[in-house]
Amino acid sequence: MSARDVLITGIGLVSSLGEGAGRHWKLFAGGTEPVVDRERFAPYTVHPLPAIDWGLQIAKRGDQRQMETWQRLGTYAAGLALEDAGAKDDEALCGSMDMIVAAGGGERDVTVDASIMAASETEADVGVAINRILTTDLRPTLFLAQLSNLLAGNISIVHKVTGSSRTFMGEEGSGISAIETAAARIRSGQSSIALVGGAFQTEHPDMLLSYELGGHLHRGDWKPVWSRARSEGGGVVTGSGAAFLVLESREHAERRGRAAYARLGEIRSAAMRRGDGHAAAIAAAIDSIGPAAGDLLTISGASGAHAATAAETEALVARPGLVARGLSSLTGHLKEAQFPFAVATAALAVRNGAAPAPFAADEKPFAGTPGTVLATTIGYGSSEGLAIVTKAE
Amino acid sequence: MARHVDHLGRPVVAVTGIGIVTSLGVGKADNWAALTAGRSGIHTITRFPVDHLNTRIGGTVDFLPSSNRGGAALTHELAETAAREAMAEAGLPADGLGGPLFLAAPPVELGWRERLGLYGTVGEGSGYDRLLAAARAANRRDLFDASQFATIAHRLAADLGASGLPVTLSTACASGATAIQLGVEAIRRGECERAMAIGADGSATEEALIRFSLLSALSTANDEPEKASKPFSKDRDGFVLAEGSGALVLEPLDRALARGAAVIGVLRGCGERADDFHRTRSKPDGSPAIATLRAALADAGLREDEIDYVNAHGTSTPENDKMEHLSLSTVFGARMRTIPISSNKSMIGHTLSAAGAVEAAISLMTMREGVIPPTINYDHPDPAIELDVVPNRSRKAEVRTVISNSFGFGGQNACLVLARDPL
Repeated sequence: MSARDVLITGIGLVSSLGEGAGRHWKLFAGGTEPVVDRERFAPYTVHPLPAIDWGLQIAKRGDQRQMETWQRLGTYAAGLALEDAGAKDDEALCGSMDMIVAAGGGERDVTVDASIMAASETEADVGVAINRILTTDLRPTLFLAQLSNLLAGNISIVHKVTGSSRTFMGEEGSGISAIETAAARIRSGQSSIALVGGAFQTEHPDMLLSYELGGHLHRGDWKPVWSRARSEGGGVVTGSGAAFLVLESREHAERRGRAAYARLGEIRSAAMRRGDGHAAAIAAAIDSIGPAAGDLLTISGASGAHAATAAETEALVARPGLVARGLSSLTGHLKEAQFPFAVATAALAVRNGAAPAPFAADEKPFAGTPGTVLATTIGYGSSEGLAIVTKAE
Repeated sequence: MARHVDHLGRPVVAVTGIGIVTSLGVGKADNWAALTAGRSGIHTITRFPVDHLNTRIGGTVDFLPSSNRGGAALTHELAETAAREAMAEAGLPADGLGGPLFLAAPPVELGWRERLGLYGTVGEGSGYDRLLAAARAANRRDLFDASQFATIAHRLAADLGASGLPVTLSTACASGATAIQLGVEAIRRGECERAMAIGADGSATEEALIRFSLLSALSTANDEPEKASKPFSKDRDGFVLAEGSGALVLEPLDRALARGAAVIGVLRGCGERADDFHRTRSKPDGSPAIATLRAALADAGLREDEIDYVNAHGTSTPENDKMEHLSLSTVFGARMRTIPISSNKSMIGHTLSAAGAVEAAISLMTMREGVIPPTINYDHPDPAIELDVVPNRSRKAEVRTVISNSFGFGGQNACLVLARDPL
């Protein structure tokens, strides 16, 4: 035990299953069915946002209007995490709190974009048409409402977190680096408390397009994340959701008298070479931070993307005693928020001394009390992250 | 145990390589010659049609092979060009970084040329349904890569021989400074013996220009482009959108000396603070910027009277220059009237995600050469801003320490303190 251990003292979650750490754990532990929308973006299935009363975490309607859904979702989940950590509305604490947000962005105006696409078929000079349409039809404040670093900006404005504000980008890797960097800063004494996490709003065609350009989206009937290899499409079913954590040094948490969910242990991040050696590289990374033997509950952030998920499956199956829960079966792929969500779920399992019920029919039961849980995110793209979460004491 | 440690016992962080690209040219030599001659790189935009646009000028980088290949390709080439120059100066093999990579880059979305090209590959339907159908039908790995925010950093990391998962970041106009701060922190934690910090921005597309224009952020002085960026002037009317890149090789001073590398300067301190006031305006009392300046000085272990020169954020917007003056005057007191301060943006425009890194690179050259680049276009001083802006002509001066400011849209502020001499 060290005064600079990194403790998880607050969790804010939103997914298609609902909101809050408590609700998510109740459903994970008791077993639940995924919430999916098969029609709106057919042939793609998505896990949609639940009904949210934004005013609960974003008091001013003016603030809500300045954000597109993605920023609102992240700001909302950040509020949940701060509240859970007993930090909400504590101006002195938030004023010195560090922040790293994993962000995508770019909720474009679908109507304006469609009119440019239509104009491209009729107008002689498309470049001039683009200028005309964007200049006249684009809502001036939309830029800020979708800009990557403005999720953090809005968290500062709404929740007064102003110690520092950094935004990492780059799909799943941004969430991995955000947690790794925040934890490293706390461990070295560069920071004592940090809000870290991300949000993803998939219910926008441009968000789906960025996956589908790489042929990554699953089509046809919904299936659990481990069972999509022989289905039409690329295997990823996306979801809207967000996960924020409050990470804090043990010393700082004790001084505030806050109990922790769990301790964040070693973290491995990598940009592994994909292909033949990928499964072996993942297995070696697990061995390098996980317990040498025995049962190991694993909250996997597998996306379902065929090659990456096959490699991860091979590595997980090869490790004796490893029992995995594929988060994406219940939440969908949350991109920037994927790793924070997996780490949060691992912390909930540690705190509650129990494994989640299987998320899909082919997942094995886990009998014991998980004292050490592995969280993984093997990206559909080019990033890998692993974290060990253990009991706080 | 590190031999060269700072006032807090942390390893001293040396800069051993610099790279820079701006609208003034590629590399330190061309840029320094232009900057000290007071030359502007701002020009009329020719990359795309400017019909219907209120602003038709910019500091675009038009002379690279990728200049007309979209924001992602150009940002990548800018980053790589600066990184390669920095690696070479540091005496490292081209793929021999052996440390983490921190890339400040804009969130570049798929451009209109790519979107419309894809749209045209199928004949039925409209809007995004048709785009998605086209994506399903085609295997467009190139467009996929261009649409992923991680792509540039991952390719650079592989090419430069970086270790670990590269970080791509954005803190708006402070991004370049944040990338440097992340590198400094990693070295101070003892995690690495080298780090590469890059700020790169090649995203001056028609859509980016229109978005900033709709926020009334840009200068509309189209008739005399080279006069448009006029920081601290009474008639300043907005910033000039620009492109560029800056790269720094950072390493512990011990390590640099041990391998016989030439030390260009040291990164003495970093400070940051977020503003909670408004999405585009800063808190009227300037307290976040003031706190950022003070945090950087404290981190550097320097008093206010130990700063020889201020490398201004100096965007040429009415708001920034007023607030920057207020913050500096509060921190440095009456002495601020005599500390030289200049804005590189008067010549190169606002390189956005790159600015913090570009200006840190210029700050290091300023100290090394003993010449302060001017604030050009200072013809009508703002009487409310009493500063020695090094007007219009460069000035010889002994500069041992610099504070370089980056105050971002969205409230992200970062300041760097750089020093010429290692100890």
